[in-house]
Order: sequence, then C-alpha cells, then structure tokens
Amino acid sequence: MTTKKSPRKPATKAKPAAAKPTAGRAKPFDTILIANRGEIACRVIKTCRRLGIKTVAVYSEADRDALHVQMADEAVLIGPAASAQSYLVVEKIVEACKKSGAQAVHPGYGFLSEKQEFQKALAKAGVTFIGPDAHAIHAMGDKIESKKLAKAAGVSTVPGYLGVIKNADEAVKIARQIGYPVMVKASAGGGGKGMRVAWNDAETRDGFRSATAEAKSSFADDRVFIEKFIEEPRHIEIQVLCDRHGTGLYLWERECSIQRRHQKVIEEAPSPFLDAATRKAMGEQAVALARAVKYVSAGTVEFIVDGKRNFYFLEMNTRLQVEHPVTEMITGLDLVEMMIRVAAGEKLPITQAQLPLKGWAIESRVYAEDPFRNFLPSTGRLVRYDPPPEDAHVRVDTGVYEGGEISMFYDPMIAKLITYGANRDEAIGRMRAALDRFHIRGVSHNIPFLASLMSKDRFVKGRLTTNFIAEEYKNGFNAADLPPDNPTVLTAVAAAVNRAGADRNARISGQLPGHEIKVADDWVVKLDDAEHPVAVVPVKGGWDVTLAGEAVAVRSAWVPGQPMFEGTVDGQPIVVQIDRKGIGWRMFHAGAQVDVQVLSARAAELAALMPKKAPPDLSRYLLSPMPGLLVSVAVKEGQEIKAGEELAVVEAMKMMNILKAERDGVVKKRHAEAGASLAVDQIILEFA
Amino acid sequence: MHEIIEQLESKRQRARQGGGERRIQAQHAKGKLTARERIDLVLDPGSFEEWDMFVEHRCTDFGMEKDTIPGDGVVTGYGTINGRLVFVFSQDFTVFGGALSEAHAEKICKIMDHAVRAGAPVIGLNDSGGARIQEGVASLAGYAEVFQRNVNASGVVPQISVIMGPCAGGAVYSPAMTDFILMVKDSSYMFVTGPEVVRTVTHESVTAEELGGAVTHTTRSGVADLAFENDVEALLQVRRLIDFLPASNRQKPPVRPTADSPDRQEMSLDTLIPDNPNKPYDMKELILKVVDEADFFEVQPDYAKNIVIGFARMEGSTVGIVANQPMVLAGCLDIDSSRKAARFVRFCDCFHIPIVTFVDVPGFMPGTSQEYGGIIKHGAKLLYAYAECTVPKVTLITRKAYGGAYDVMSSKHLRGDVNFAWPTAEIAVMGPKGAVEIIFRQDIGNAQKIADRTEEYRQKFANPFIAGHRGFIDDVIMPHATRQRICRSLAMLRDKKLENPWKKHGNIPL
Repeated sequence: MTTKKSPRKPATKAKPAAAKPTAGRAKPFDTILIANRGEIACRVIKTCRRLGIKTVAVYSEADRDALHVQMADEAVLIGPAASAQSYLVVEKIVEACKKSGAQAVHPGYGFLSEKQEFQKALAKAGVTFIGPDAHAIHAMGDKIESKKLAKAAGVSTVPGYLGVIKNADEAVKIARQIGYPVMVKASAGGGGKGMRVAWNDAETRDGFRSATAEAKSSFADDRVFIEKFIEEPRHIEIQVLCDRHGTGLYLWERECSIQRRHQKVIEEAPSPFLDAATRKAMGEQAVALARAVKYVSAGTVEFIVDGKRNFYFLEMNTRLQVEHPVTEMITGLDLVEMMIRVAAGEKLPITQAQLPLKGWAIESRVYAEDPFRNFLPSTGRLVRYDPPPEDAHVRVDTGVYEGGEISMFYDPMIAKLITYGANRDEAIGRMRAALDRFHIRGVSHNIPFLASLMSKDRFVKGRLTTNFIAEEYKNGFNAADLPPDNPTVLTAVAAAVNRAGADRNARISGQLPGHEIKVADDWVVKLDDAEHPVAVVPVKGGWDVTLAGEAVAVRSAWVPGQPMFEGTVDGQPIVVQIDRKGIGWRMFHAGAQVDVQVLSARAAELAALMPKKAPPDLSRYLLSPMPGLLVSVAVKEGQEIKAGEELAVVEAMKMMNILKAERDGVVKKRHAEAGASLAVDQIILEFA
Repeated sequence: MHEIIEQLESKRQRARQGGGERRIQAQHAKGKLTARERIDLVLDPGSFEEWDMFVEHRCTDFGMEKDTIPGDGVVTGYGTINGRLVFVFSQDFTVFGGALSEAHAEKICKIMDHAVRAGAPVIGLNDSGGARIQEGVASLAGYAEVFQRNVNASGVVPQISVIMGPCAGGAVYSPAMTDFILMVKDSSYMFVTGPEVVRTVTHESVTAEELGGAVTHTTRSGVADLAFENDVEALLQVRRLIDFLPASNRQKPPVRPTADSPDRQEMSLDTLIPDNPNKPYDMKELILKVVDEADFFEVQPDYAKNIVIGFARMEGSTVGIVANQPMVLAGCLDIDSSRKAARFVRFCDCFHIPIVTFVDVPGFMPGTSQEYGGIIKHGAKLLYAYAECTVPKVTLITRKAYGGAYDVMSSKHLRGDVNFAWPTAEIAVMGPKGAVEIIFRQDIGNAQKIADRTEEYRQKFANPFIAGHRGFIDDVIMPHATRQRICRSLAMLRDKKLENPWKKHGNIPL
C-alpha cells in the first residue's frame, strides 16, 4: 500500500508561503500527514518543508501523478478515485498514519476537515489533529446550536422570530420588535418562493398573507417566520487563531462578497467596507465566540454585514479556509505554521497589539470551467500550464502542473492567484497583470470571467454585495462583459508581432542575391473585423508603431514563437498571450481573446472584397456541451421529437446532464452512440 | 519615341483590363479575386515579372478571330516569395471564362519549362471553365502539353495548385499531378464529370459543392490537401508553404533562423502517454512541443486523420512529420492513411526533406472493406515509400508498434537512420492478449493461466528493450528530451549520403 515516491523533479518551485523567520525554533513534529489533495496539500507541504518536517501525502488511484504526491517525502495510496472511497474514509487515513509513522495530520479544507469522528479516531490512534478539538467542531457544526452559542457569547445574530406566527397582527408585532425592513419567509421555503420583504406594517400584513398562501401552494406547509432583512448584504469573515495557553487573536477580516451561486470567486483582505471600529467589534466578538467553545487553532467566523455596517453572525468554519492566503499576505503570518505550532502545544508568538495589518491582498480562484458555457466544469490534460512567476506581490497556490490532469473526480480548482499591493488599487492592478500572464491551455478556465470582474467599475470602487455577480451579470457571463480593451494595445502589439515575424521570415536562406525581400513598414491590423492601418519600424529594444497618426512605443524582447508577449506599450507594462492561428494569431489579453491578422495594405484592400460567410448553422445539431461520456441516446433516427423532450444523457464530472430538444423536429442521424466518450461540441444528433 | 512608349503603355493597360470592368465586378461578386489580384497576394510586392502579356489566340472559327483579348485568359511569369524565386500562372476567368486555348497552354508550358531549368517551384492558380471549345483538339493538345510538363517537373521542382474556381473534366489532371492542391471553400470545385452528367448517367442528384467542393476533396476523397475560407487566406498560406520547400531537387530545404533552442525540454511530455494503454492522447501535442516555435504546417488535416502529416522546422531546417494519431481509429493504418502518408514520404524524399516519424500504431485495420479495398497494395505503398527513400529518417516509438505496421513505420530495417523509443514503447508482433491466445491456445479455457501468461508476455515484450538488445532501437530516451535528441540526430545526418541502385524507376504498387 505504501509507495515511496519516485525522485521526480517537482514541476513548481517550492517557495514558502508568507515566509516569517522562524529559524532557531525546534520543529514541532517530525512527520506530518496531509489528509487532502490538490493545492491545499501542496501548500501545507511547503510550510512543512520550510520547518524541516517530513511530509506524507495520501492519494487516490486517480491522483498517482498528482503534484502533492510528487512534492511529499512519502505517499500512501488510499483507494479508488471516488473520494467516498479514499479521501473521505477515516480508517484509511488513520491506517496511513500508522504505516508512515506520522505524528500529526493536517486536514486542509473540505474532505474530513470538519468531521469530529476523524478528530476522535486520530486521537484514539495517538495522532495529533492539526485543528480544533472535537467538541468545538461539534458545537459549530450545527447551525442552530452555533447560533445559540453565539448569542450566549454576546455575538450579534440576525434578529428574527423562529416560532410559528399565527396571524397578521402577530406578524406586525414581531416585525416592529425586529425593526424594519424585515423578511417574511416560508419555513419550508427555498428558491425565493414564499419570500416577502416588508418595509412597514401594511407590507408586513400583505407579505404575511401572500407568503403563507404561496408557502401552502408551493410546499403544502403554510408556516412562515420573520427575520431582519439585510440590505446590501456583504460576506465578511474574521480569521481567528487561538492556542492552548489562552491566547485568542483575530487576524482581521476577509471580504468574500463576490460569490457565484454561493461559491466564492474573489476574496480580499482587508474589506474595503469596514472601519476600524467595526473591525474591532467584529474581531472581538469572533474571539469571544472562539473562547466560548474553547477553540484552538485557526478558524473563521462568518458574518453578514448590511449597508450600515450592522453585522450578524452566520456560522463558524472550524478549519483553514480556502481564502486564508489573503490574511497571510496582510499579516505576514503563515497560518499553517501557526496551526502546526498550536497543535504541538506551543504558545502563539504574537499578541493582538503586535499584529500588523499591512497593505491589501486579493485572491482569485482559477477554476477549470467555461464561463462562456454557464460555467460548465472542464476536465482534461493541462497541455500548457504556466502561472505568473511568484514574487513579493504575486503568490500562486497550485496543485497541478503542465502535463497534469484536471480530473473529473474532484473540485475543478486549478489554482489560487493572490496579489498584494500597498493599497487596493495596486493589488487590483497586479491581479489584472497576473491574470494576463496566466497561461493555461487544454482545459477551459474562468480567467476571462476573473478579468471581467477586476475591470468592473463597481468592483474597483469596492461597492460589493453578495448579489454582485447576479446584478452585474444579469444574463450570465458573455463576451460583452469583457473589459472594453484599449484597442491601441492589441493593435500595436499585433503590429510588432507581425513585423518581428516578417523580418525574421525575410532572413530565410535561398533568396535571389540582390533581390532579397524588403519588409514594408505599412500594414493593416485586423482585430476581429475592425481594420487599423499602422506603420511599424523596428528600433532598439522594440518597435515604433504609428497608429492613426499617434506614435506608440512598443518595447519587448519578444521573438517569433514565444507564447507570451511581455513588454511595455508607451511605458505601460503589458502581457499578451499569442497563439499561432493559420496566417494570423489569436491574442489573449484582459480576459478577451481576439483573432488578429496583419495584412499588407494591398492584401487588406483585397480582403475587403471577400464575402462574409455566415457561421455554420449549428441549430441543426445536438452538440455535447462538455467533454464526457454519452450515457444514453433516447431517440431513434427518423423519430419526431417535441421541444423539451429528452434526447441524450451526457455524464461529466459525475454529473448526469440531460440534453433536451430545444424545438420540435425530426432526428435525421445519430452521430454518436451510448458509451462514446465525447469531446466538447462533438455532434451527437443531427436534425432534419 | 514618346508616342511609341505611350503605345506600349496603352497595350499593357488593355491587357491588364482582362475581360473588362463588368466581368471583374462579376468575379468579385462571386467572392473571387482576379488573376492579377491573386498574383499580387501570392508574390512579394513588386516582384512580379510578367511574360506573354501580348499573346493572343489564333483561332479563326466561330467568329473568334474578332474576339481576342491580350494575354488570352492566363497571366504568367515569375517573382519571389520572401525573396525566393517562384514561377506562377494565374488563369483569368474574366477572359473567355479562363478557358484553355492552345496559346493559353503555351504560356503555361513556357513558364514550366523555365521553372525546371531555373530550378524553382511552379504555382498554378486555377480558375478555368475548361477547354476552349472553339479550338477543338488544339485545346486538348494544349492540356496534354501541360500534363507532360507536370510529369517532367514532378520531383524536380515543387508544383503547387490552388483551385480558385471551376476545374472540371480533363483540366483536373494537371493539378492532380502536382504536389499539393489547395482549394477555396464555396468558390472552387473539381470533378471529372459535373453534376448534370452525373444525374443523366447515374441518376444521382448532387450539387457541384457536394460532388467536388473543397470540403468534399479535403475530407472524403483526399484529392485536395487543404481548404481555405477565401482567396486571400489560400494565397497567403501558399507563401507559408513555399517557405518550407526547397526551390528544386538540386537544393537543400531553406533555413529560416529561429530563437527556439534545440535543447528546450518539455517536462509535460513525460505524462503524455496515459496509464491506460487503451486511452488515446493527442499526437499533435507531441508534434507542437517538439518542433520549432510550435509551427506545424499540417497537410490533409481533415482526411484519414488516423495519420498526421505536415511540415515543420527543427533548428530552422524543414522536416517532414509523419505521425500515427491515437485519437482516431487508435492510430491504425488503413487504406486512406497509408496512401496519404506514402505520397508525403515520397514528396519529402524528392526534395531532400528529412522525415521525422512518430509511431504509435496498433497495426493494420482489419475487415472486409479494407481487404476488398486492397489494403495489401495500399499498405505496401507506405512500406515502399519508406524503404525507397534516402533522406535522413529519425523515428520515435512513443507507445505501440505492433506487427507489420512496426516494420512499415520507418523502422530500422527500412534504413531508419536513428530509431528512438520512449520507455513506454511496446514493440511486439501483437498486443499481449492476442499473442497469448495464440501461443497458449491450449490454455484458453483457463482464465487464470491466460492472465498469468498475458502478464508474462507484457513483462517480456511490452517494452522497448527487446528491440534495444538487437539494436533495432538506438536508444530509449526520456520524453522531455525528445526535441533535443531529434535535433542532434538531424544535425548528425545533415550530410547523409545514401543511394539506391540505378534503375529507370522502381515499380511502386500503385
């Protein structure tokens, strides 16, 4: 069962996260097992390495070649790909600890990190759990219980009345007690049904009646309750860190309001919204709650904050959070190190008063999903994977490498990209640049969406709410949401790229002596369909481009064939990714991809005579929306179908996706049969 | 004197008009460029030297003597592409529908004769309604003169045909004998007999586009090599293609400088081969990561996709790539893929272009359609082509090399110069399961025994070392070092000399 990992060269640089000098201190454990996979396992291993602690990775059959397995000193196979049979099986992890002699386990996030049985099983086996005690996990694991505890600890909770409300008069009474506005909600509700916002007594009466009626018809249960309606809600959470010696710290806040379907997308620290007083109040309440449950290790107290900076407790996460790096960036602390030291019984080396809050950090979650196809997960081989280089301002927490696989079995997160600046604008600027520099090919990814978020005026101004994405992308994400790119940049870069290529091509051997080609200075850059006449001449260190009478200085050491054009345009640093595409290029910048051709003036003149061809009519086909397995095809050739009828089922990422007819028609041909593995956009059915 | 010069200019003006403004507009309305516009695009600006602008037909029947247009429906001459000499003819559909007269044919023949003597490629831009019917057999004779020159030039200078309009009947056989046929989607077609005749004779109802359009010929028939969206794209791609090719068989391929280091390592190739031997992977990823600048000019990309062919560069010098594609039909060899690759190998051999072969082949495709279709003879073409060719041959076996297909794919035994294998290579007569079921036929009922034997066979043969023991594989290399190893091999082979025994010509199994 135990395999010694092959001495393979790690594909990424091992770099300590938020390094804090800790030299001279004894290492708290000899060997730590990481009961997780992906980026968080790699991130924990990095800290262990820095502390001189041996690491043991666990892995499923699907993760044999995973990065965390390569990085660890030792790796233990714990079962088949499905996490229910591997990463979620307590006994297998405990057994792996015994085999490897690990003294402690870091659970990461997800999987077993908040399972008190896991904590208990480890304790029984004499292995230290790097995290809170079982009782704290238990107390915070129950939503109602945790709210009661919070209330008792003096933590602000959302005011509301959870009992059954008999009639409209009682509803008004309760609403007045809570204070307007309030939300009348069906007890059995969900999906916005049976929900009414009321701003006064009359609306409460109406709301009570309609919510009751709607609840009855929708859920056959007419019970409703009332709670405070949170206006302009923001998700702001407090990182706490406690040891066994009575120290309880709050490591400031993180704002995670940018969420898509309750999935966090962008996180930052500090919050652009909090003032010092609110921060202090929230922090102190969070620590009070932690103390109330005798919390040790790192934990997160989540609050919902309204537009007037009223804050209310939501829940406490008894583990390291995905977004912990932004806290590390602004405090300089290594949270994983702190967790390890606390678990070893050490005292925290810092007090609240000593704790810095320096600069601004933003994290973007880079997912293997296609933002242009309603964020469908994407799987497959990372044909190219080259994240921006790490430095003092850019951190990449990653669990994959070029040539690795995004597996259908697990969370499709590719990496976390964290940027740091003296202030928020600087951090945003660096995030934009880092996203431009993130080179991923082979799987779809959400970098266009992240780049779009970074460009939204509302985001830049920090006017966030948890409805940000729903409000800013009312019709979902599409190409029109991409930042209006400055065409000067792409035009100038395209002109330079083309000139570099033409100049190089002009050095081909075998030319007629004395009649060698002379590369012209005048060209026409076609960006998608827009034409921009340019003049471009090579100069030392780059090219001088003239665009609509304006001189643009493009400076770069780029040579043909490089996928990344890094340099400056009029002194502004830029990165443009360049893929060859026939006689032109596809350029990626600021989340957008643009097809570019650079033609001679004559060629552009003649190209204008070419017919515009309509794209092929794909409505005649049923295409696979994602790569996956064709489970079944429900219709036969020649069969008449009605809109809404099931046509085929495609399985991807363990999800069954039922493909339905969009309109009435007749099946002309079945192009794929059950059992086929499908590529994205592969034709399944053709309609007559 | 001044007057005489003006007269020349006006005569030229007349010739440049072609069929006149109205016909030029009609040509544009069809989404097509004129003969001269096309030449502007394919050649370096200002490099075109036109000949025979004043040639006119000599037909006197059917009132043709009154109807002459200087140039007679084809523009011919020479010029440069990135400074390198090429000859070009461009049929002018605005003049007599580009129909081929005796004089028209003579113009084409003249530049072809010069191309062979000067040692430079011929580029034919075809846009012609067919024979000049008024001229009768003189026109047919003209075709044959061109055909003969196509054959004479074959293997001496590269010949490239771009079909940019109709090309029907006997006219198709000139492009058919050239090295590459490029077509323009929606505005070009090639067929021996048109849709009307087809309908009369076979009662099939088919459009010209379905019968002989660019998509048909690049996906179904394999007659054409590449299809492009429009004239501009097609002509600029011709420039790209010419940059890969030597001017003639008297010269080595051109060298285009690159900054891409021959020592570039690609760590991700170490994980290209999936753990599961039946799982496909994309051979094009290997090609793109090994060649200079990921610049691969693929030929016939949409036909017989189980084999990939095309041009690339290593250290700036042209190489021909032949690679089995596990993504399609498991990369097996069948009739179409054998023919496709065989012709490409022979082209490379004609023009001193080294061949790099990437092998992952489970064998020949079984089945009646293949056997009845003559896979024996067609597979033999690829075998013959590889065995016959004398250019540098570097071969890499990535995964499977089973059976006769192993021999065919540029093996050591067919004078492969350098034969590499990745550690994942399996070189054997067949896959372990099939082999065990034959060798241990008596154990077939015993699942355990068969499983044990299969494992034993896998251990013994499913690796590159048996072949390595015999020297059939020169070295087993790390996937990430593939580019470096191939570059060094090609550098070592730069002055390779190997000659076949003298013969008039061999007898390839056609």
